[in-house]
Amino acid sequence: MIHVLAFYLFAILVVSSGALTILSRNPVHSVLWLILAFFNAAGLMILLGAEFIAMLLVIVYVGAVAVLFLFVVMMLDIDFAELRAGFVSYLPFGLLIAAVLLAEIILGIGLWSVGPIELAQRAGPVNPELSNIQAIGGLLYTRYIFLFEAAGIVLLVAMIGAIVLTHRARGGVRGQNIAKQNRRRPQDATRNINQPVGQGVEL
Amino acid sequence: MTAFFQGLGLPFEGAWLLSTIIGILVIALPLMLAVAMIIYADRKIWAAMALRRGPNVVGPFGLLQSFADGLKVFLQETIVPSASNKALFLIAPIITFTVALMAWAVIPFGVGVLVSNINVGLLYILAISSLGVYGVVLAGWASNSKYPFYSAIRASAQMISYEVSIGFIIITVVLWAGSFNMSTIVESQKGYYGFINGNGFNPLLFPMAIMFLISSMAETARAPFDLTEAESELVAGYQTEYSSMAFALFWLGEYANVILMSGLNAILFWGGYLPPFDWAPLYMVPGIIWFLAKIAFFFFVFSWVKATVPRYRYDQLMRLGWKIFLPTSLFFVFLVSGFLMLTRYGGAQ
Repeated sequence: MIHVLAFYLFAILVVSSGALTILSRNPVHSVLWLILAFFNAAGLMILLGAEFIAMLLVIVYVGAVAVLFLFVVMMLDIDFAELRAGFVSYLPFGLLIAAVLLAEIILGIGLWSVGPIELAQRAGPVNPELSNIQAIGGLLYTRYIFLFEAAGIVLLVAMIGAIVLTHRARGGVRGQNIAKQNRRRPQDATRNINQPVGQGVEL
Repeated sequence: MTAFFQGLGLPFEGAWLLSTIIGILVIALPLMLAVAMIIYADRKIWAAMALRRGPNVVGPFGLLQSFADGLKVFLQETIVPSASNKALFLIAPIITFTVALMAWAVIPFGVGVLVSNINVGLLYILAISSLGVYGVVLAGWASNSKYPFYSAIRASAQMISYEVSIGFIIITVVLWAGSFNMSTIVESQKGYYGFINGNGFNPLLFPMAIMFLISSMAETARAPFDLTEAESELVAGYQTEYSSMAFALFWLGEYANVILMSGLNAILFWGGYLPPFDWAPLYMVPGIIWFLAKIAFFFFVFSWVKATVPRYRYDQLMRLGWKIFLPTSLFFVFLVSGFLMLTRYGGAQ
């Protein structure tokens, strides 16, 4: 009973906040609706018993990715009239994407209604006694270790690429030498002088 | 408690719902009282270190000062700036406050004394604390004012930076305990060298305990890392435009977070609800008393630091987070996992 109620609550919230992400005029509101959608999707995953994935969804998407989104969107100086002006020219392309997605959903539902997909080639049945984390770890670090490491290398290359592309050596910036700053003592920087009256200070 | 309500003839779901709601109230209401008292304690400690008296007028020893402040704030008018984004302006403090309360669901106060004993307890806390930044960012943006906006940008950069190192520090503890479950983590700290309880006494984890204490100060934006509300630069930071209860919610949320972080320090590194020594008579004292004593101790450390350490410069803060804490904690993740691989899990095969 509570499960059903919770499912419908989360599902309705995901769908409606997803819709509002697209519909809201203000991009900051869009990002916030998107965050709400992520959050409720995490709730759905908990109902499925995938609590590890749910927590990762919140930590990675809500905690990091969406914060950066929000950051960028807040900094933008948005001209709403200009945004709406492009609507007609993008419409055919948007409709195309919508048609492709609709076709995929219909295909997916069609395949699902045919019957259970043959699961004999699955990597190995997961022991239901294990917790989520152990089950995922057990597969990820044994059977899929090479794929996992390949994904890691792709991310590393992407990270280095992003740094190389955005890093520029700027002249005229004085870097800080923290060790030098910490070594500095009052006697290096100040001195006590007994200045006679009427004479300038010699620097 | 679910069983108790089922005994009264309720169906399982109703009993579960009722017992969960009661559990939430049993934690949230004393927490609010604790926040009021801890604000008073903070001011007293701070005053004592500055050779002042601190609050001493309202009630005996000024004990009712926080309640008087609360009443005053409650009676004030809520001012919403006309240029602000009204809905978000009002939602922001609610988010901060709610998020500060949510994390308490998985904190164990004693053996099995917690609202929800989930397998991914520590991840849940990480997830919830990563939500905390939204209250601040939204407040800064919705105020539509420049100092709150600067403060919001500082806050989000600061919280994200220190969350990374906190994540790695937590991983070392999780590796040692072998679980994300909070109760299992506490129980795993029993009996170091046969007589002492707490991961902090482990030489491999002690540096992590120190780094976690410092990171938790940065994560809650307490002095010396309170750059988000640096009054000499940003007026009052993201709270500048707030008044009345909205401001009070920020304050309550902030202090609830400080108590939570003190509690996490106790749970992860100093044995949570276990007594400090693994000696049978000490277990006669209920676990919750040990836990509250440890929270009080760490809160004292927080106030002590606030009273004595000058504020960091922003670039120093970022340098500490990214160039010192992140590599060190990453190194310790390798060190701890390597050590466990060699000893507990029987070497490389």
